[in-house]
Amino acid sequence: MLQFQHVTKRYPGGKTAVKDLNLTVDKGEFVCFIGPSGCGKTTTMKMVNRLIDITEGTILVDGKDITKQDPVALRRSIGYVIQQIGLMPHMTIKENIVLVGTLLKWSQQKKDERAKELIRLVNLPEEYLEKYPHELSGGQQQRIGVLRALAANPPLILMDEPFGALDPITRDSLQEEFKKLQKELNKTIIFVTHDMDEALKLADKIVIMRDGEIVQADTPEEILRNPADEFVEKFLGKDRLIQARPDVTTVKQIMSSSPVTVETGESLKQAISMMRKSRVDSLLVVDEEKRLKGVIDVEMIDRNWKKSTYVSEVMETEIFSVPQDSLLRDTLHKILRRSLKYVPVVDDQHRLVGIVTRASLADIVYDTIWGDGLEIEEPIAAAAE
Amino acid sequence: MMEFFSKHGQELLIKTWEHLTISGIAILLGVLVAVPLGILFTRIPKLADRLISLVGILQTIPSLAILAFFIPLMGVGKFPAIIALFVYSLLPILRNTYTGVKNVDQNVLEAGKGMGMNQWESIVKIELPLALPVIMAGIRLSTVYLIGWASLAAFIGGGGLGDFIFDGMNLYQPELIVAGTVPATILALLANGLLSVIEKKLTPKGWKETYQTL
Ligand SMILES: Nc1ncnc2c1ncn2[C@@H]1O[C@H](COP(=O)(O)OP(=O)(O)O)[C@@H](O)[C@H]1O
Ligand SMILES: [Mg+2]
Repeated sequence: MLQFQHVTKRYPGGKTAVKDLNLTVDKGEFVCFIGPSGCGKTTTMKMVNRLIDITEGTILVDGKDITKQDPVALRRSIGYVIQQIGLMPHMTIKENIVLVGTLLKWSQQKKDERAKELIRLVNLPEEYLEKYPHELSGGQQQRIGVLRALAANPPLILMDEPFGALDPITRDSLQEEFKKLQKELNKTIIFVTHDMDEALKLADKIVIMRDGEIVQADTPEEILRNPADEFVEKFLGKDRLIQARPDVTTVKQIMSSSPVTVETGESLKQAISMMRKSRVDSLLVVDEEKRLKGVIDVEMIDRNWKKSTYVSEVMETEIFSVPQDSLLRDTLHKILRRSLKYVPVVDDQHRLVGIVTRASLADIVYDTIWGDGLEIEEPIAAAAE
Repeated sequence: MMEFFSKHGQELLIKTWEHLTISGIAILLGVLVAVPLGILFTRIPKLADRLISLVGILQTIPSLAILAFFIPLMGVGKFPAIIALFVYSLLPILRNTYTGVKNVDQNVLEAGKGMGMNQWESIVKIELPLALPVIMAGIRLSTVYLIGWASLAAFIGGGGLGDFIFDGMNLYQPELIVAGTVPATILALLANGLLSVIEKKLTPKGWKETYQTL
């Protein structure tokens, strides 16, 4: 959808705002550019719709070099939202929303219909179409700013800190609304922000910039799990990294490593006595190399007591397991969704190495809610000094 | 009074009309030249300030001197009178157009450009409507001045109400001076009123309200 190839911008006066930037944005992707003020986010964005000329390198939109296109036509085909909103104060909300339609010489009927269709997307009453921008609150104005960018249904939308000037509550509700909208409309979004929470909330991919260069470009999860360097860590903040821990914990870290097992070659009698001894109603079945083969429970034994002798004849071989390095968060979902009592954990050779039970998950939830005690110890240590 | 009107009434009407056409044509030319020039100046901001002070210098030359200066160049009559007045009308309109357009909210302009407006669309759809109150203030100022200065046109044979005033001075007839001055003042007031009405009509509705709350 959008490609930056060795893009460099030097302003007259010698300031290099963007250095050899390479990035590919897929169709439907929501990409957030984030970084400290002056790191070149706005410059990068404005080169895409040619509000700023590229010094070196190429930008491709839909595979086409933007410098080979008429800038005016290019801009009409790309949505654009700015922090200062910039609604035309002398035009009604309707005229503002369908401004690109006016430039594209749409019929009045088409414009009226499109304006009504769009204003419904943000849950504002149709009467607002006849109002003027100064009659609307800041949040409502920026909703209109977003609609204006959507009017001609462009596949790509550029947004430069669109919610940056709004109060936190309005910002929050606009973020929610917009994320929903983006999912429905499947737009490709380039979104500049300096607010990490906003980026984590909205982005499919976060591009962290410093001094005109990309430091890290990845999914929010991957950035939280593996910050590229200290700069990124600092930018994320310690709080977020701690908060993010349940996200990056692997199954191995929390599993119990001594599941009760029985070997395939053992008899049903041995299985029963094992269950009694360990006070469980099911056993994981492994072979001599500890490879997970199946599961057996009291009921299965009961049903087949007369016909069979060995565990391998009776066990259920369709068993759900997770690799030990898979994410706890994903496992949690699976356990909850399938309402499993436990999940066996295996290594890459499919050897049983542990088990995650509902009880061990409860501990995790407890830790997440109440913390791991560090927050309490710190003030105690401080008081002791 | 009645005696004056029966003697000079028709002449008064003709002179008033002459006065009005001279200043009207001059102001019209002024608008046609100064508004586009003012917009053009906003495209060359570095040169604009210097150019505007240059026009300002022209303005400081005493009006009588400029009229006198025009005689050897263009002879006498209506045409040089109109040209001289036109030169005077330029500065207020030019300056107001320049400031008005320059002060249009940059964010609005950027949004317009980002939406895909070309230069022309930006001027017609954003810059002129938003700068209109300021431009109109310049035009009104010019018009009121010009109607006053048009009295001097008589000095180079341009006609108008100035003829009465000059006759009055030459013949020591104060009533003739009054007959020239009073209608000129009334004309200026009327023109100012008319232009306010036009301004209200032209200013977009939403902008009027916003502009007032600014
Ligand atoms: N028109 C310009 N001329 C010269 N330098 C500029 C211009 N615009 C931006 N810069 C400089 O380029 C750098 C990047 O700016 P910008 O892209 O606006 O950063 P960001 O949006 O990340 O805050 C800054 O150091 C800024 O001062
Ligand atoms: Mg910026």
